[in-house]
Amino acid sequence: MRYPFRHWLTGLLLLLAAVAAQAVVNGYKYPFEDPADIARFQHLAEELRCPKCQNQNLADSNAPVAGDMREKVYELMNEGQSDDQIVGYLVARYGDFVRYKPPVRAETYLLWFGPLLAFLLGLLVLRQMRRNQRKAPVPAPLTDAERQRLEQLKAAVTADSSNDQKANNP
Amino acid sequence: MNRFILFVPLVGFTILAGLFFLTIDRKDKEVLPSPLVGQPFPEFEMISLETGEVVSRKDLLGKRALVNVWATWCPTCKAEHSFLNLLASEGVRIFGINYKDEDSKARQWLASYGNPYRWNLSDTDGKLGLELGVYGAPETFLIDGSGVIRGRHVGDLNARVWATLKPEFESLP
Repeated sequence: MRYPFRHWLTGLLLLLAAVAAQAVVNGYKYPFEDPADIARFQHLAEELRCPKCQNQNLADSNAPVAGDMREKVYELMNEGQSDDQIVGYLVARYGDFVRYKPPVRAETYLLWFGPLLAFLLGLLVLRQMRRNQRKAPVPAPLTDAERQRLEQLKAAVTADSSNDQKANNP
Repeated sequence: MNRFILFVPLVGFTILAGLFFLTIDRKDKEVLPSPLVGQPFPEFEMISLETGEVVSRKDLLGKRALVNVWATWCPTCKAEHSFLNLLASEGVRIFGINYKDEDSKARQWLASYGNPYRWNLSDTDGKLGLELGVYGAPETFLIDGSGVIRGRHVGDLNARVWATLKPEFESLP
């Protein structure tokens, strides 16, 4: 026998399979026959928001109403309702508030597309700023007369400062 | 002319700051709008707390009424109870939903503090509360004579709240 613990392992796996066939949310057990339903239930409980403790989902919250709502989700799942139907059931009673992901509707356009709008506005501002920079006038080269004048001024300044030094050190 | 675009962030900031300023003093942050306003009151057939007889939706109908959701574990319900007694004495029809509570405690409460309700439903498991989108107590629904929900108030009823609800309530058939 190469695997002396084979029977034990099989037993353990069976036990695990039995344990895995229930979703445990907030200490409550929700048994399902199909493991895929466990994931569905978990997902729904995380996607739906508790109306009482407003920053928790149904999975996190231990408010009594969250428990009742989880129970309802479980009940509706067992009746064979789809995720959309279940979310719709709760939205019809508690309003859009229970969805962490609000629907795209005329009233929520600003919510959904506001960030995009802000981004586009930012791009526009950026483009404008760069354009203004490029448009800044480049100074024309000095004419001969101007260059001569510049040299004169420079010479005057040098002479001035050497005079000052002399004045300071008599 | 193009320089005006530089003011876009300032304008955006001002709008946001204005929005925040408007909501900074909102006291009812916890009050959610009910999607049930305008919908018929849900069907039910349940046991009355007082008599043990079956009451159903049709027992609500006929005239405008308040449906008050309360429980003995809810301190605010105690705060509003005397005001409900006052309303009942003025002839307002009030029905009660005893929400997620124990019947014996509820009966004792009504015996001690008075009973402003025509009858009470015993909603021990909160099933009807769930149908109504109740997420706390007290909550009060305004229904018209045909059993359509016309308004909902979350929190206690008192003279100040009633001053705003009364005209709405009295306009109902």
